[in-house]
Amino acid sequence: MSELWQGLIKAFELIFSFDPEVMRIAGLSLRISITSVAIASILCLPLGALIHFRSFPGKRLLITVVQTFYSVPTVAVGLFVFVLFSRSGPLGGLNLLFTPTVMVIGQALLIMPIMLGMTISALSGVDRTITDSARSLGASTWQTSLVVMREARFAIMAAVVLGFGRAISEVGLAYMVGGNIRGFTRVLTTAISLETSRGDWAMAFALGIILMVIALAVNLILNWVQQKR
Amino acid sequence: MRILGLLDKPSAGSVLFDGVDVTTSEKLRLQARRRMAAVLQKPVLFNTSVYENVVCGLKWRGTDGQKTKKEVNAILEMMELTGYAARPARTLSGGEAQRVVIARALVVRPELLLLDEPAANLDPLSAAKIEEVVWSIIRREKITVVMATHDMSQGQRLADRICVLMDGEIVQSGSAREVFTLPVNRRVAEFVGMENIVDGVVAAVNGGMVVVEVGGREIEAIGDFAAGERVLVCIRPEDITISLSRLSSSARNSLNGRVSWVAQDGPICRVGIDCGFPMVAMVTRKSAVELGLERGKEVFATFKVVSIHVIRHR
Repeated sequence: MSELWQGLIKAFELIFSFDPEVMRIAGLSLRISITSVAIASILCLPLGALIHFRSFPGKRLLITVVQTFYSVPTVAVGLFVFVLFSRSGPLGGLNLLFTPTVMVIGQALLIMPIMLGMTISALSGVDRTITDSARSLGASTWQTSLVVMREARFAIMAAVVLGFGRAISEVGLAYMVGGNIRGFTRVLTTAISLETSRGDWAMAFALGIILMVIALAVNLILNWVQQKR
Repeated sequence: MRILGLLDKPSAGSVLFDGVDVTTSEKLRLQARRRMAAVLQKPVLFNTSVYENVVCGLKWRGTDGQKTKKEVNAILEMMELTGYAARPARTLSGGEAQRVVIARALVVRPELLLLDEPAANLDPLSAAKIEEVVWSIIRREKITVVMATHDMSQGQRLADRICVLMDGEIVQSGSAREVFTLPVNRRVAEFVGMENIVDGVVAAVNGGMVVVEVGGREIEAIGDFAAGERVLVCIRPEDITISLSRLSSSARNSLNGRVSWVAQDGPICRVGIDCGFPMVAMVTRKSAVELGLERGKEVFATFKVVSIHVIRHR
């Protein structure tokens, strides 16, 4: 027990002394996850709107497929990205495997289904009367879509936050395509996994606490914004 | 209402706006929609400020910024919403929200305003207030209004022309007076509050006047019918006078009968009378007491020839 306690105390020392190694890992984690969420948002929010507002054959099926991918295992995406970017893979020539860039691509792919699906359900959650009111006041189809998106903004924001949560907390993909290279592709989750197996409780605790604090902060911000409405 | 507002496509027929069929393309529909405004049955405010809610119609029509601000502030003032501009719309009370919904529709100066029971979910006081404000604006701006309502007195009070819709069809249209006193069939008669609708047979015809036999009694009325024709005789309860002795007035119909029931309804009393056929009359509570109306009492029910409406039986 005392070993754990000491680890915990040491962890806080690492955090509050702004240990360069800890800060570097946390910083990289944040950078990779924020970038992947930004990319996924840019792609998924308009695409989700398009799927919601257009009617086309197979729409229901497409949404079901997207929802199925909510729970795709991170290692499955990891495998796919690994094969894609491995030396003999179709994109092997880009030499991106084991770089932060490929981690961003992998995480973006991982969270796109959930962000796409949640965007669609956020838009479907907007009452029909909103659409009717907008149209009856002279809004064009495009203007009506903007109204619906504005009404769904908090639910869409929740989709983005959920995507971020999944991105920053996943470990399988980061390990497989990032390689956990110290000072280059080592992120919070892979580092925690490594330090735990090495028995460095202090480092593992410190990184774990930071990960929890990030998650807490993101949720607090979301709650605060939603309550302001 | 949704079809008129060009929100739903009609399954048959077309919608003409100023004589032009506007249902043929989305472009025409949008153009026509921008000349009108609607207050739907379940109005919703957008989840933003009151100002943003009211301004949206102008924005969508591409009105320039300076002008929109002036127009919005003017309409907010007219609807007694000054000082509400920055408030989040979803925090308003029912009556306030409804005023914003109407302001939002009026601000675009529509040629046609569609109102679908605009005061249905409000308390009577707020409803009366909204009605007063809205109709003063409508009259001043000379806006054509199509309003759907179940409130008979509201319809009578406000409308120049009333259409009675039943099962998706217009069964009667005309002035309020026409619809309320000369319904075309039994259902419309019941709908507009004709409580006394009785079957009869024309017994005699006398130059524009008919004598109708109802339940063994004779009622004189105006109408162009042939003897022996089956008809419906409609009398509004408020047109019947109750007295204890036969009235020697100009009213030609005075039937004796017995009170079968008396029911209080606010300041008035409804009285059921059996004079060969059941009839309902209305008297003030005061006269009910003065006349000593109670079950079994013998009374005379008197009504003028002109207050009877006879419909051909179909």
